[in-house]
Amino acid sequence: MPTIAVDKAALFEELGADYTTEEFEDLCFEFGLELDEDTSQSKKPEDLAEPSQLKIEIPANRYDMLCFEGIALNLRVFLEKQKLPQWTLTAPASGELQTLTIKEETARIRPLCSGVILRNIKFTQERYDSFISLQDKLHQNLARQRTLVSIGTHDLDTVNGPFTYEALPPEEIEFMPLNQTNKMNGKQLMEFYEKDKHLGRYLHIIRDSPVYPVIYDSNRTVLSLPPIINGDHSKITVNTKNVFVEITALDKTKVEIVNHMLVAMFARYAESIEPIRIISPHNNESREAPDLSPRETQAEIEYLNQVTGLNLPPTEISRLLSRMGYTVAPSKSDSKLLDVSVPITRADVLHQADIMEDLAIAYGFNKLPRQNPNKSATVAAPLPINKLGDITRLEAATAGWSEVMPLILCSHEENFEWLNRIDPGGLAIKLANPKTAEYQIVRTSLLPGLLKTISSNRHHSVPMKIFEVSDVGFIDTSRERKTRNERHFAAAIMGKTSGFEQVHGLLDRLMLMLKSAFITREEGLTNKKLEGYWIEELDDPTFLPGHAAAIKLNIAGKQHTIGTFGILHPSVLQKFELQYPVSTLELNLAVFL
Amino acid sequence: MTSSAAVPSGDFAVQILRALDVSSPLLSAEAFPDRKYVEIKAALDRLASREMIKYDTIDREEAVLEPEGEVIAENGSHEARVFEALRAAVEGLSVQELEKVIGDKNITKVGQGKAFKEKWIAKTSDGKLKAMKDSIEDITKEQLQTIRDTRMLSDSKALADLKKRKLIRFEKIISFKIHKGSKFALEIPEEAVDLTAEMLTSGAWQSIAWKPYNFRALGAEQNSGALHPLNKVRAEFRNIFFDMGFTEMPTDKYVESGFWNFDTLFVPQQHPARDLQDTFYIAEPKLADKPRPESPDDKKDYEKYWEEVKAVHQDGAHGSIGYRAPFSDEESLRLVLRTHTTAISSNMLYKLAATKGPDGRPPPARYFSIDRVFRNESVDATHLAEFHQVEGVIADYGLTLGGLMEFMSTFFGKMGITDLKFKPAYNPYTEPSLEIFAYHQGLGKIVEIGNSGMFRPEMLEPMGLPKDMRVYGWGLSLERPTMIKYGISNIRELLGHKVDLNFIKTNPAVRLDKN
Repeated sequence: MPTIAVDKAALFEELGADYTTEEFEDLCFEFGLELDEDTSQSKKPEDLAEPSQLKIEIPANRYDMLCFEGIALNLRVFLEKQKLPQWTLTAPASGELQTLTIKEETARIRPLCSGVILRNIKFTQERYDSFISLQDKLHQNLARQRTLVSIGTHDLDTVNGPFTYEALPPEEIEFMPLNQTNKMNGKQLMEFYEKDKHLGRYLHIIRDSPVYPVIYDSNRTVLSLPPIINGDHSKITVNTKNVFVEITALDKTKVEIVNHMLVAMFARYAESIEPIRIISPHNNESREAPDLSPRETQAEIEYLNQVTGLNLPPTEISRLLSRMGYTVAPSKSDSKLLDVSVPITRADVLHQADIMEDLAIAYGFNKLPRQNPNKSATVAAPLPINKLGDITRLEAATAGWSEVMPLILCSHEENFEWLNRIDPGGLAIKLANPKTAEYQIVRTSLLPGLLKTISSNRHHSVPMKIFEVSDVGFIDTSRERKTRNERHFAAAIMGKTSGFEQVHGLLDRLMLMLKSAFITREEGLTNKKLEGYWIEELDDPTFLPGHAAAIKLNIAGKQHTIGTFGILHPSVLQKFELQYPVSTLELNLAVFL
Repeated sequence: MTSSAAVPSGDFAVQILRALDVSSPLLSAEAFPDRKYVEIKAALDRLASREMIKYDTIDREEAVLEPEGEVIAENGSHEARVFEALRAAVEGLSVQELEKVIGDKNITKVGQGKAFKEKWIAKTSDGKLKAMKDSIEDITKEQLQTIRDTRMLSDSKALADLKKRKLIRFEKIISFKIHKGSKFALEIPEEAVDLTAEMLTSGAWQSIAWKPYNFRALGAEQNSGALHPLNKVRAEFRNIFFDMGFTEMPTDKYVESGFWNFDTLFVPQQHPARDLQDTFYIAEPKLADKPRPESPDDKKDYEKYWEEVKAVHQDGAHGSIGYRAPFSDEESLRLVLRTHTTAISSNMLYKLAATKGPDGRPPPARYFSIDRVFRNESVDATHLAEFHQVEGVIADYGLTLGGLMEFMSTFFGKMGITDLKFKPAYNPYTEPSLEIFAYHQGLGKIVEIGNSGMFRPEMLEPMGLPKDMRVYGWGLSLERPTMIKYGISNIRELLGHKVDLNFIKTNPAVRLDKN
């Protein structure tokens, strides 16, 4: 969630009240914001040396509160100190709109562009900073690091329309980027900003494209190279009077949301909002932008009342919803409906559920009438595999073993090489983008986690007896998700002697508790239908030769190999940095379901 | 450890008895000046536990010389040494010569200053130093010698002064005043440590003298096994869910498609949660199949569901305007490590939509799960790439917000958490969304303890659930309440291979309703 820092004194002046920190915290809480910090309460000298700030966490979908102006406006409306403004467009006296022509080639890289002009704006340093900061916040959030949308703002008096939005090979675009002193072409610009901490992370968006998006004025002055940087020529300053905003994007919805936010937040400092004419016949996007009319929709009175548990008349619903920025009137066509105008600031409203939530917020979540949630009786049940797993957990603990919970993700070598196992391919689920080499795959065995746990508990006295009951994962191309989980039981013992009989004894105990009888080899061989388990010597490089066994099970008329146990091979001990002998047991529980 | 086991030699206890027989009471400092404190104490405890003696402890401070004090007691104070050196040299000495005689630059410097102050020495016109008296009294040396011999000095002001000059220090000396006890004897009788089967057989138990049991020591170690603390908390949560009629969901899928993990939940395809920064994507295998029946008897129309989900995102449906942004099939099929168990809830609700209750409608249902989820987080004290999500879902007709809050009060009330407060919040798949806060005694403020809400119609209606069936959903991590409960500040001390086995073994049983 974005956190916005605003000047405390300025905000309280806008709200017409001098709140204590607690009072303001409560107001935020009620409205769905979170006061992160009031720097006047800070103990840091650098905080106290500056004018006090309020750091406010904004819900991720409230783009209309990403700056001081938006927070002040929405809280003033909520406190019924004003109605939400109705923003309107004013054509220039000449009647001639500025035009922006979108060339078809832009479809290859960043197809959409919109814009607006703020006439006779009066910036102060604070307003200017807020304007720049809002663009930055929109770039980070809604625009997902400028990939989806990017904004360029220009001093209109330094450029001459009509404007064009084009896509050209990087070498053909040459200009002086913002705050630079040398001209460079698109290719050189990529190299120039390669190492730049701020801009470097946006270069990938267009770098490898054969054409780069660019906006020119009628003199071929470059306004911007979206989504990377503006030209120095048209940069805005605190003294700029007329601001030309251009917004390029990948989707139609977000380009206008951004336009709406900039207009709604900063039109208060301008004399008028002037539309621009966009000429884009190739994709039917020719229009005047922006469209500032609210979205007209309807909400069912019964739905609003029923879900909130209220029984409010339309007039009261209407009053409460106006505190959230809506304009509401009873529908002329249907008495069960309300006509709701959703203002341009409320891009987050998609469904009447959103309107219902706003009604609940305006009423006060914590004041809503409480109701009995137990409408129907339902029957509880555990998941069978969890019930089975819990039986083995309790039995292992009762037998004197301690439960551990290592992680499910591990490195490839821990899961394979360190256990003297070879990755056969197509077995382990591999991650695409882990941040560290600790997490490369989903484990296919519980052993690495157990051995790592022992290794980090070397201060503990021996013998150390631990176990885990949890899932491992495998690739399984027959399934929709191409993978499956499998519930395993595993135990490990480290002591001065191997503990081989200990893990064997634990296996016997578990089998006894799971009602599986031990079959001696002779009986097992002569009577294939006998149900129960037996063990067979196993040649497995994880274990010391001659000291490993496969666990076999006859259950429900089928024979399974459900696991292995043995004394770990000394080379495995060395890899996991274990100084004493270790024996392990691992088995698949799913067959006992 | 029992005190009697620490007795180094039985002989010493007998020695005490003999000495006490000669003179009672007996002062340990006088009778056994060379014995160590622990040795005496162990022997006395052994005798006292048999009521053979009684003793009182005497705490006393003694003055002990510091190394510098030892030197002075031996050689005289610095000023006296300077004086003596100058007195011995008839012609006086230059400073360099004096240093040579004394053999220590520092002693010379300090001693000179003091000797000047005492007017014992003076400077001659040729710059040499000479003695001004025939003899002096070296009080410091005498005081330190007294302390060395008697460990005390009657002049308390002088004592404090020597302490200040760091020539002496004080040591706390504990000694004992020993009296005869009610069962005083010169020999310690033979004693049995424990009752044995032989004693029962022979009847010896009737005449035996018992070694007293040490009631201040712990009993024998039990070498017991243990369940993991986090799983103990999980068991409590599960019991709460079972108490309230919830069925456990099948969470045996670490890997989900973008479709189930995000799209079915109406999380927009361009939501930041889907960034590589936050979600683990799978390199092998990469893509899921489109949703399809899980078994031959699964007759649900998955193709229709897929199209419905796509439509509600891209173009809007069911009374919603949707996100009006392109919906990518490939994005939907990308495999991820599940970022929440809500992916399972979504799957369960889709199945519920196809179920018919006695009245022909999907029946009310309550589901829960507690299982591992994955986030591509940078690991720190409060974040791991894995944690457990506790999740609950209630589907019923005509549910209200007041009912959700009332349910949460009951649910958290079972853990002893009361006075909940609800804050409006944003979550892509719930509307309204309520963050749950409760007052935390330790932190002295309200803290967030979970998230809740009613699932969005855009999530439920494409599944085919009736419009008036509403669904509560809520979640919290298993680790956070556990960390708060046990005062753990680093999540790695609770989950993962770095957890201390001693912590697991000694962690008390979990009773969430109790402190």
